Amino acid sequence: MIRQLAALGRSGLAFSARLGRANLLMLGMLAGVPAMLRRPRLLLEQLFSVGVLTVLIIAVSGVFVGMVLGLQGYYILSRFGAEATLGVMVAASLVRELGPVVTALLFAGRAGSALSAEIGLMKSTEQLSGLEMMAVNPQHRVLTPRLIAGILSMPLLAAMFSMLGVYGGWFVGVGLLGVDDGTYWAQMQSQIDWNEDILNGVIKSVVFGVVCTWIAIFQGYDCVPTSEGVSRATTRTVVHSSLAVLGLDFVLTALMFN
Amino acid sequence: MNHAAAPNDTLVRIRGLTFNRGSRVIFDGVDIDIPRGGVTAIMGPSGTGKTTLLKLIGGQLRPDAGTIEVDGLNVHELSTRELYELRMRMGMLFQTGALLTDLSVFDNVAYPLREHTRLNASMIRKLVLMKLEAVGLRGARRLMPGELSGGMARRVAMARAIALDPMMIMYDEPFTGQDPISMGVLVQLIRRLNDAAGVSSIVVSHDVQETLSIADLVYVISGGKVIESGAPDQLRSSEGASTRQFIGGLPDGPVPFHYPSAGLTADLFGDGA
Repeated sequence: MIRQLAALGRSGLAFSARLGRANLLMLGMLAGVPAMLRRPRLLLEQLFSVGVLTVLIIAVSGVFVGMVLGLQGYYILSRFGAEATLGVMVAASLVRELGPVVTALLFAGRAGSALSAEIGLMKSTEQLSGLEMMAVNPQHRVLTPRLIAGILSMPLLAAMFSMLGVYGGWFVGVGLLGVDDGTYWAQMQSQIDWNEDILNGVIKSVVFGVVCTWIAIFQGYDCVPTSEGVSRATTRTVVHSSLAVLGLDFVLTALMFN
Repeated sequence: MNHAAAPNDTLVRIRGLTFNRGSRVIFDGVDIDIPRGGVTAIMGPSGTGKTTLLKLIGGQLRPDAGTIEVDGLNVHELSTRELYELRMRMGMLFQTGALLTDLSVFDNVAYPLREHTRLNASMIRKLVLMKLEAVGLRGARRLMPGELSGGMARRVAMARAIALDPMMIMYDEPFTGQDPISMGVLVQLIRRLNDAAGVSSIVVSHDVQETLSIADLVYVISGGKVIESGAPDQLRSSEGASTRQFIGGLPDGPVPFHYPSAGLTADLFGDGA
């Protein structure tokens, strides 16, 4: 019994220590923002590797998710003779929930795991120590551009996901199932609210961007510098990010939509 | 701030250094003086904390007790800015080379110059080519780190370490895993760079013959203490059991061949697993 309590205490202390290190890392990265702004090329490089290289998986997924929404929505709405509102259903589902959430989950799997692996390998091959010994702060030089790139990329990727999803739903609903084209767009335009739907979706995706990128960078930076440690870090990145996104989505939705 | 001055001929002065990793004692009241202008070797069996010592000198780790002064500055009392200024006067060659894998050989060597100087591109190019010439790799400047052999990677790392003309260079296991030719090249380079550039070198290694051939002063560390120090010839003729075992590469001695265990008979014929 005493041993179990001691083990519980140890894991609690270890968790608190990790949380503390993660917060210190975030402060360190934020302190590097002014230096990064003086060298925008660092940010542009990371926007490419974190954002642009994730576009393909986001675009393909967005189209297919929109097509499925169009299909399922049509069959349910047509039971009530409400298939004219298909555009609203597709767009609201995407901009409020699926856009930010699915984008964040895909981002964690594609860019987050890559970030953890890259930083973990830099640590295990002593590149980060090498920078420190060259009097270069690795948090500012390596991590800050990645954090800011992740935060900027996520809302843009989520917007792309939602836009392509709307077109996917239009292709199935209007193109294949015969919903009126004008009604599809007009209903969407009149029912989707800028603040209630779109802005809340953007806020969600910014929060997910911070959380997913922070987790990915921390896992890589804090990993045991061995091949096994790096592999564990990438796995933890995907698991922790996914759970954080789903949990936060509930909290944010509850706050935003009462 | 207490920046006690070290004697002029001592570049690194370590006093009462104590460092633990968890419950394991790595250093227990170690005193070391590293003189200017020479090659000082820190030797000892694997796991005795040689690399840790370099990280303590470079301020990447903090001691539990004791002081480390580099060029008269107490490393662990410096502010971050002061520590980074001191590091600009130190070069370090890591065991793996620690080259930035997304930069070419040229850009790796140019990196500290671009970060810390305002030299124009033409001047940086000339300096980088001179540093690469010094390590015999001017012709390899367009290669990426993944295209280099282990020995070449370390030579590029040496060129990068001397890019800012430091006062001292620390070498972490520079000979590990090298073929005889690469090892010979590295041995020569360390000595030549030390003498030609007028720097002080600290070589951490357990490659006995290579290290003794270029060192002016050797410290042997074991069990968290300095067990012997002196000129290479002094150590070769040492009567100390630990030093003799290490220098002679003897399989048994103070560092036992067998991992601690119960008696063989009890293990073979006992009931235990």
